[in-house]
Amino acid sequence: MLIKPPDPIKSSEISDPAALLSRRSFMRGAVLAGTAAGTALVYRQFATPSQASRAGEAIAGVLPAAEPIQEARTSLEAITHYNNFYEFSTDKRAVASRARKFVTSPWTVQVGGLAHKPKTFDLDDLRRMFPPEERVYRMRCVEGWSMVIPWIGFPLARLLDLVQPMGSARFVAFESLADPRQMPNIGTTVLDWPYVEGLRLDEAMHPLTLLAVGLYGATLPPQNGAPLRLVVPWKYGFKGIKSIIRINLVETRPATTWNLQAANEYGFYSNVNPAVDHPRWSQATEQRIGESGRRPTLLFNGYADQVGRLYSGLDLKANF
Amino acid sequence: MRDVQFPKQVLLVNGLVPLAMLGLDAARHKLGANPYEFATRATGILTLLFLILSLAVTPARKLLGLPWLAHFRRLLGLLGFAYGVLHLLTYLWFDKVFQARAIAADLARRPFIMVGMASFLLLVPLAVTSTNAMIRRLGGRRWSRLHKLAYLAAAGGALHFYMLVKADHRLPLAFAAALGILLGYRVLNQYLPGYTERAKVSARPPRRA
Repeated sequence: MLIKPPDPIKSSEISDPAALLSRRSFMRGAVLAGTAAGTALVYRQFATPSQASRAGEAIAGVLPAAEPIQEARTSLEAITHYNNFYEFSTDKRAVASRARKFVTSPWTVQVGGLAHKPKTFDLDDLRRMFPPEERVYRMRCVEGWSMVIPWIGFPLARLLDLVQPMGSARFVAFESLADPRQMPNIGTTVLDWPYVEGLRLDEAMHPLTLLAVGLYGATLPPQNGAPLRLVVPWKYGFKGIKSIIRINLVETRPATTWNLQAANEYGFYSNVNPAVDHPRWSQATEQRIGESGRRPTLLFNGYADQVGRLYSGLDLKANF
Repeated sequence: MRDVQFPKQVLLVNGLVPLAMLGLDAARHKLGANPYEFATRATGILTLLFLILSLAVTPARKLLGLPWLAHFRRLLGLLGFAYGVLHLLTYLWFDKVFQARAIAADLARRPFIMVGMASFLLLVPLAVTSTNAMIRRLGGRRWSRLHKLAYLAAAGGALHFYMLVKADHRLPLAFAAALGILLGYRVLNQYLPGYTERAKVSARPPRRA
């Protein structure tokens, strides 16, 4: 019986017929390719988290932003796949997939403390009571990167007005959900849970301070702090507490999570300030996500005209 | 093992796989939202990983009775050095855009940069003296004394990593723990050599029995 070779090989391609026929060199090629493929798989396991995530649902009737800033918006992909949400993961790229089954409905927010009319709100009621507006804000992370995010939400001041703060209220304290069944990282001691944050009452009442319920025209995806988060654009991103379940008006300055973690590195104010460095790195410049190179960081993240008066007479270096 | 050339090739190819994947992902824009941070972090972790693997060779070869493992030590160390060079380049290029003044300011004011840079500089003489000719020129004893610096460099690298992390110290602590175990083995080996070498114990009794 005649068996034809499947692939005729040109004689010019044969460098060493003996080696080509050698079983040994074939085995070696297989070992090289096999181990390299195995190493590549291991690398993938560690270096490339799952891209799976949950998208938001469209929000109707959003009031357009009054004065949109002139800088390009960061892509939805980047905003929703590069998140600091330590309850789910300390790997910014892994939060989206780890949080995709997070249950955000039904959701209630307890608003009280030093208030004449404390109340627990259902999130759907909040959405009905306050028409959604778009606010395109810069977001500067304390780690030295930044984004431009088209948030949807309503001013925190409107909610606080509704519960009528008492004269003795001077600060606002916020608390995140800490649910070990849904948040895989709550079992670790990376931070003290639940995550807590705070603002001075005048900061909380400032018209720029937003309670966000969405971004890019849709409800917040879990990784961005669904269903309700704080956005204070002139402060470092970690002040923007996510997945809020409690808002309390209080008389004394409330504890804040990162300040509890490292008081010398993260102050209560945490206003964006290029002149006040983090003890371990410079805050003078930032990496705008989607750009190469670094931009200069602006005082109060570029909102000095609107918020500078809140801090007149305050030593920003001592009150970082 | 008669032929160590091929296993060395396997190690070299596998050691460069992460670099190839990094390049491939970068070309396809698959490094995530902040590719610069990712490249810096990945090369830094790979530096520490290969340095620790190179330091693990001697204990592993003695404990497991596999003398041929020694052939891979130099290559593992050089892979660590190569990733260290890349890590330094990502910092100089992405973070500081090669601005000498910004780099000098960082070095003076940021301890974690200083520790990282010092650890890298410790590796340079080790890489330079890694050739057979250099080993002959220095003499085995002096060469091996010099190459103890690898422990200091790796410990400095782990410290550098620990210092820059915001809150989740688990990975830098894991590297530090691995180094601690390897260093502990060395100390044990110094004082109780009989307990740390499986092959010799079974082959012949300890000298001062």
